[in-house]
Amino acid sequence: MTDVLDLTALEAHEAMVAGDLGAEEYTAAWREAAAGDELNAYLWRDQGGEEAAAIAVERDCVAPIAVKDIFTTEGVPTTAGSRILEGYRPPYTSTAVRKLLEAGAPVLGKTNMDEFAMGSSNENSAYGPVLNPWDRERVPGGSSGGSAAVVAGGLAPWAIGTDTGGSIRQPAAFCGIVGLKPTYGAISRYGMIAFASSLDQCGPLTRTVSDAALLLGVLQGKDPCDSTSVGIDGGIALPGREDLSGLRFGVPAELRGDDYDSGVRAVFEQTLRKIEDLGGEIAEVSLPSSEHGISAYYVIAPAEASSNLARYDGVRYGMRAGGDGDLIEMYETTRSEGFGPEVKRRIMLGTYALSSGYYEAYYGQAQKVRTRIAEDFSGAFGSVDFVVTPTAPSVAFKLGEKTDDPLAMYLNDFFTVPMSLAGIPAISIPAGLAEPEGGGPQLPVGFQIASPAFSEQKLLDAAYALEQGIGFGARPGGVAGA
Amino acid sequence: MPELEAVIGLEIHVQLATKTKMFCGCELSFGDEPNVHTCPVCLAHPGVLPVPNEQAIRYALQIGLALGCEIAPRSIFHRKNYFYPDNPKAYQISQYDIPICGAGRLGDIRIHRAHLEEDAAKTIHVGESGRIHGSDASLVDFNRGGTPLVEIVTEPDLRSAAEAAEWARLLRETVRQLGVSDVNMEEGSLRVDANVSVRPVGSEELGTKTELKNMNSFRFLQRGVEAELARQRELVEAGGTVEQETLHFDPASGSLTSLRSKEEAHDYRYFPEPDLVPLVPTEEMLREARESLPELPAARIERYEGIGVPADVALTLATDPRTAGYFENVVEVADGIEPRVIANWVTGELAAALRQAEVDGGAADSRVSPEAMAALVRMVGEKKISHGSAKTVLAALVLEGGDPEPIVEREGLAQMSDSGELEAIVEKAMADNPDAVAKVREGNNKAVGAIVGAVMRETKGRADGGEVNRLIQEKL
Repeated sequence: MTDVLDLTALEAHEAMVAGDLGAEEYTAAWREAAAGDELNAYLWRDQGGEEAAAIAVERDCVAPIAVKDIFTTEGVPTTAGSRILEGYRPPYTSTAVRKLLEAGAPVLGKTNMDEFAMGSSNENSAYGPVLNPWDRERVPGGSSGGSAAVVAGGLAPWAIGTDTGGSIRQPAAFCGIVGLKPTYGAISRYGMIAFASSLDQCGPLTRTVSDAALLLGVLQGKDPCDSTSVGIDGGIALPGREDLSGLRFGVPAELRGDDYDSGVRAVFEQTLRKIEDLGGEIAEVSLPSSEHGISAYYVIAPAEASSNLARYDGVRYGMRAGGDGDLIEMYETTRSEGFGPEVKRRIMLGTYALSSGYYEAYYGQAQKVRTRIAEDFSGAFGSVDFVVTPTAPSVAFKLGEKTDDPLAMYLNDFFTVPMSLAGIPAISIPAGLAEPEGGGPQLPVGFQIASPAFSEQKLLDAAYALEQGIGFGARPGGVAGA
Repeated sequence: MPELEAVIGLEIHVQLATKTKMFCGCELSFGDEPNVHTCPVCLAHPGVLPVPNEQAIRYALQIGLALGCEIAPRSIFHRKNYFYPDNPKAYQISQYDIPICGAGRLGDIRIHRAHLEEDAAKTIHVGESGRIHGSDASLVDFNRGGTPLVEIVTEPDLRSAAEAAEWARLLRETVRQLGVSDVNMEEGSLRVDANVSVRPVGSEELGTKTELKNMNSFRFLQRGVEAELARQRELVEAGGTVEQETLHFDPASGSLTSLRSKEEAHDYRYFPEPDLVPLVPTEEMLREARESLPELPAARIERYEGIGVPADVALTLATDPRTAGYFENVVEVADGIEPRVIANWVTGELAAALRQAEVDGGAADSRVSPEAMAALVRMVGEKKISHGSAKTVLAALVLEGGDPEPIVEREGLAQMSDSGELEAIVEKAMADNPDAVAKVREGNNKAVGAIVGAVMRETKGRADGGEVNRLIQEKL
């Protein structure tokens, strides 16, 4: 038999159910692989213990999993990539991780991320950037960069992350794996450290669409601890669709501009032809408000973040600095030293946007745009089954390339933010390789498919058929199976 | 200078007596060890989410309906952002532009709104002052943090400190009778802030207001508002202007100190709480809330006044629903006796007899059955016993229960009517008090009291005063 690390999570699961693979052996192999992390992708790794040996194979999914360090895990350090939570061990476990544990998937490690999920390159982590396994001089994307890197880099069979404006899909694209952002409300947010509450959503980062489906099936569901959770009616089955006949894929005219990488464009156009080969139909749709997505997003998300991050005040847990008897000074010193520059930038943006006298002009206006964008998608889904775009305007860029230009960094989310604002599901699958602008070895390009709220099953079925049709088999050099 | 009138509005925070907190499963408590009723949610650990307490929503609906408020079919929670150690999330979940309860009225005072929110934790400032300024350290007890609150805001309809205190009492009684709060001002389960301003009589415009905090009794509320009104009047009459500020009333010294000025006012940066879905009361919740409403003080006062009960007695009954129920039971079996008379007996002599006997509980729990009470009042009305004798009978009924008639008989309290016996006693009393008789004859009617007194002593109060007087006049 092949190296167990080459198996997808689903294949490993099936092998264990069939008795061809021991859960203990499998988990140990992954633990060993994770120990060889050279990408700075893990912030904490499970050292193994008795509990890991007791995994029951008849559970739903038994492959150990890498968890973005934004999910609380009782007694296990949880930092959200921030200095302000250094050494913090939560007193409770998030619903997503609890569900994984109940399903038989132990936590392999906690993955590095942009501080409080704010970033598109993982360079905003207080614990140093994650390196892209395809090219260690490049970023893995963000904010779930660690989760994407461990899956692509052969350091975990699969992972979960969070997506607020593209934070699962964009790193999945940069690392050549599958990333799914489910419908807002599909998976409980309880225990998922909040960045922008009305947008944050947990989702899988996996090698294959089938693994993503398996994971979503375990994670989804209404949670009494999250009033905004609803779950997916009927659950999620493994995808099995062979072709795309009878399905219509809409390409938004507004998102088809020529201001993004030609390599990405070539892969995108080539994927559209593949869809047609598989029997699908390509149509043009209009999402007139979507080009304002970034503007609206960078008001709404910072506004919510400014409030969500106000609790890190040094009083009850986490870092405390300064003060010496003065409350206000303690607040200021703790937050000045505890937060990184991008987090501070967004807290200031958001505080401003919510201020008396500016609320309507910024937050109020952004919410109107958000409503329009959601209406645009509803309109489009009247004539097509899916909306498709490139996942990101470029392939993985170089470390440090955009750190001095926040706006250029924000534009990375151009294709992913509209779906987040509309609350609809979207998946990124690896569609091919392209040379970066400026030359260099070829890097993965993601293809994004979005569908109406709670239509994840249909989305996964179509993505699966396309995945099979594309047959993307490339893996970074030096990784098992490459 | 035109005369100035007081314009007062109240903001009342009512802690709801639910089992658990507003957004988590921690038990409510008072006086327990600090920080034993806490969890990741009410300590605002990273990643937690609020889940609304359904019982609190039901209680808020009851309060809203009791105050005649319009209930919003869909209200939303907002975040009120500010930093303070008693506010662990650094925002309070409250309601802003769409509260659960809209406009209403209690008595003559219009209600502006009532909304749901969560209470802050308690900060304890260690040091001599007991306040944050000059304290050595501050400790936080999160037991109270997250307790469900309903904040009731009135329109500025109150015109004096006394009226404000009186209305606040009616509100407390109303909420108390709903059974949704302990409404204990000292323990802080009922907290009243007052917005106070003055304006020339006849003006429709509102003057600049100040907000008074920390008045933890109705007496202090009245004194605090009085002090602030006096301050504002003096200021305005001297040609000055009132500055908008928040004031702290110190009941010990009667002084007002500024907590913060308008410039220091917070910008709370309200925005809709994204962690909660809109609050939409179901038909079933509304129906249950409606059906659970008892008859409330304001309605009871109106009804009692309608059957001739004097206003002050009606108020006494309305603040004590069990005694009011007893009163109604007596009226029911009293067959035609005026409710006014019964109300006076129940709230007057019966209450006094219960106090005298140191009996726990009110009339409704006493040994005096409504039938016995009705029979006793009837006997007085029919002049079968005197008022004084009736008090004696009542004292016995309170202790032993049963019917009044056997007690009257046993104690020999049957009233003497115009029988020869009474006449003889009157004659003897006049003979024994010739001075008094002479004075009365000279036109000094007060002197008749001495003769009546002698008759009453002789008859042990069984004689009817009116009849005695008549007989004396006859014999003069």
